[in-house]
Amino acid sequence: MTPDPSTPFRDPELALRLAAAIKASATRPMKIMEVCGTHTVSIARNGLRDLMPENVTLLSGPGCPVCVTANRDIDMAIELGRQPGITLTTFGDMMKVPGSRSSLSREKADGRDIRVVYSPLDAVALADDNPGMQVVFLGVGFETTAPTVAAAIKTASRMGLQNFSVLSVHKTVPLALEAIVNDPQVAIDAFILPGHVSTIIGPEPYRFLAERYGVPGAVTGFEPVDVLQGILALVRQVAAGEASIDIAYRRGVSSDGNPTARGLMAEVFQPSDSEWRGIGVIPGTGLGIRPEFAKWDAAVRFPVTPEEPREIPGCQCGEVLRGITLPYECRLFAKGCTPEHPIGPCMVSSEGSCAAYYRYTDYGRA
Amino acid sequence: MCLAIPAKVVLIGENRIAQVDIHGVTRTVSLDLVPDAEMDSWVLVHAGFAIQVVDEEFAAESWALIQEMGEALDAEDAALLEASAQAAQAAATTTSDVPA
Ligand code: SF4
Repeated sequence: MTPDPSTPFRDPELALRLAAAIKASATRPMKIMEVCGTHTVSIARNGLRDLMPENVTLLSGPGCPVCVTANRDIDMAIELGRQPGITLTTFGDMMKVPGSRSSLSREKADGRDIRVVYSPLDAVALADDNPGMQVVFLGVGFETTAPTVAAAIKTASRMGLQNFSVLSVHKTVPLALEAIVNDPQVAIDAFILPGHVSTIIGPEPYRFLAERYGVPGAVTGFEPVDVLQGILALVRQVAAGEASIDIAYRRGVSSDGNPTARGLMAEVFQPSDSEWRGIGVIPGTGLGIRPEFAKWDAAVRFPVTPEEPREIPGCQCGEVLRGITLPYECRLFAKGCTPEHPIGPCMVSSEGSCAAYYRYTDYGRA
Repeated sequence: MCLAIPAKVVLIGENRIAQVDIHGVTRTVSLDLVPDAEMDSWVLVHAGFAIQVVDEEFAAESWALIQEMGEALDAEDAALLEASAQAAQAAATTTSDVPA
């Protein structure tokens, strides 16, 4: 099926009309942050920043799960992979992400048994097929991904698998947005809320942003017109001093999200403190494995202590993730740091802000 | 990595493990997270699981978006996109091979 250019969500004329309406409504300077790697790519790819009036700044936030994973957690996974007898499995995106001193792909090249899987169930199957192997799955991702890992743990427990466990570095989004709102350096006026995360959690968990902080949010789709409609709704609210949480993504998010997925997450995981790159530890934004499932918790079964983490010299990924530095303001951007030779995680992941700016814009490459 | 891909359920096996069709490519996914998915349902697939039941129109739009994201896709999704393009081509060749 080829994309139908007539679909209203891609109509360039409608996009320009929306841009004009945004300009007319933006009666004061404002900063709008998107918190989803897919939006980051859509905004960069469709040149939406160039459609904004001067007083509306679009910033990318901590929306790329791979990018926000702290060095400490990557180092932990690397250390686990070095333990004799352990087969470490993870999603492809994690492989090239640099930790303090190494990356999983470098470890693999050095002969460790590290494998990419498409689904956490593939890791369960690997353990089931190889009773002599100790399979650890490195679970990374937001609420979109965490339910799939919860389901995998449940499957392993149902099967009574002794040689499968999960190192959970999952994160949840809403409270991270609170941390951003409370960051005086950032001063965000509104959020474009993530699409597929909201497919699971629905709009409710963001409500407090509007009610307690007066910061509006819109769950939007990914097409340019979807995003622009969301921005217009946000600009109008900010200009009027109003705040609500709206779904502009009428087609993919029901008002309740996916209760089955949430139930499974709640059964297997409990909130824990989690460290975000650039932001630090945010209480309650991690997903630790509940004690009932400790047999499948790699952190309990194979405790390791990696060396103290250190930051990558010169990389400003942490500031980029908080929206206080734009990718091209990093001295290494396009000079030394490119998708082919990434220095920091924001350039590694296909949906990292640095990678999106590099691929789709001319900024910083005069 | 939060991108979910639209697919159609074509077979439901034991333990709600299903075969789905993603534009000509067959994949095995779990329906554990979508109790209402049935045969012929359109679903969004992420990390080997269907995570939401959607309507056909929404599925078509999501697919258009994924094709557009091209090089920004993860390796796995990019491979899928390529496989589906090959499947489409194979289908086209087979049809034109059929003697009139
Ligand atoms: S351009 Fe590279 S080095 Fe600079 S912040 Fe981005 S990822 Fe880090």
